[in-house]
Amino acid sequence: MGLNGAVFIETYLQGNRQMRWFWIDRFIKFESGKTATAVKNVSLAEEHLHDHFPGFPIMPASLMIEGMAQTGGILLGETHSFKHIVILAKVPKATFHSWACPGDTLHYKADLLDVKEEGGIVNVTATCGDRLVAEAEIVFAHVDQMDADVPASADQKNFVFEVGLMGILDVGQSGTGN
Amino acid sequence: MSASEEVFEKVRETLIDALGVDDDEVNAEATLIGDLGAESIDFLDIVFRLEKAFDIKIPRGELFPENLTSAESGFVQDGVITPTGLQELRVRMPHADIDKLGDSPKLESVSDLFTVGMICKFLEAKLAS
Repeated sequence: MGLNGAVFIETYLQGNRQMRWFWIDRFIKFESGKTATAVKNVSLAEEHLHDHFPGFPIMPASLMIEGMAQTGGILLGETHSFKHIVILAKVPKATFHSWACPGDTLHYKADLLDVKEEGGIVNVTATCGDRLVAEAEIVFAHVDQMDADVPASADQKNFVFEVGLMGILDVGQSGTGN
Repeated sequence: MSASEEVFEKVRETLIDALGVDDDEVNAEATLIGDLGAESIDFLDIVFRLEKAFDIKIPRGELFPENLTSAESGFVQDGVITPTGLQELRVRMPHADIDKLGDSPKLESVSDLFTVGMICKFLEAKLAS
């Protein structure tokens, strides 16, 4: 990506609060520093499902990884109050056992395996009811603002809050207020 | 199996998992970056796995020192590591074979210090302490 592209995206992120990159809908369990479970409801209203694949809509594996990483990344970020920028560094292992289609509810369960000053590692499973859909190991790195190549505007707190990802942490209330 | 063979076997397993390499590629002389294709982010993954495999803690920068040869360090001049820089390498990386670099090594050759054997030597010292 050229400089113009980078500047454009930066401006877009700052100026446009409409960018939506939520691949989880809600946390249903959150044990700080240990484990978190988020749900993702797969809906036929999602545009991409009509291309993936025509006549056979299934949740793309890459977006499942994204949802698993959002679940695990927030679990890790919360351990240090979102002080560090958490980036998905590596997916050493990922296995997809079956698929999820519209109407399915995926449960992403992330377990924090280890946290260090430099980053963390999580193990995440995706299930649909009793069916194991996918499992992955994900390594995150902490990037500090002082590090080279990190734009000044990159701030995890701002990023997480401004794109509204933190809202997902407010465990949703049902219509009855429970 | 001797203690050092045991360490080597566990390191081999770790590198196979972390880097997706074949077991016959992992020998003591193999360099992590040049021979086994490791990238910077793999070092963190390797440290996580070694800690688990050996049930130890490896503090940041102990096995793979950071910012050793950055521009501000003053340890590099015209792309060559200065004698002070070499001395610093000896202090920071007692587990590495600094001698093999020669007297005035190029900056790029530092990555050759990161070998499978270096990890084993580090772990043996760590486990003995």
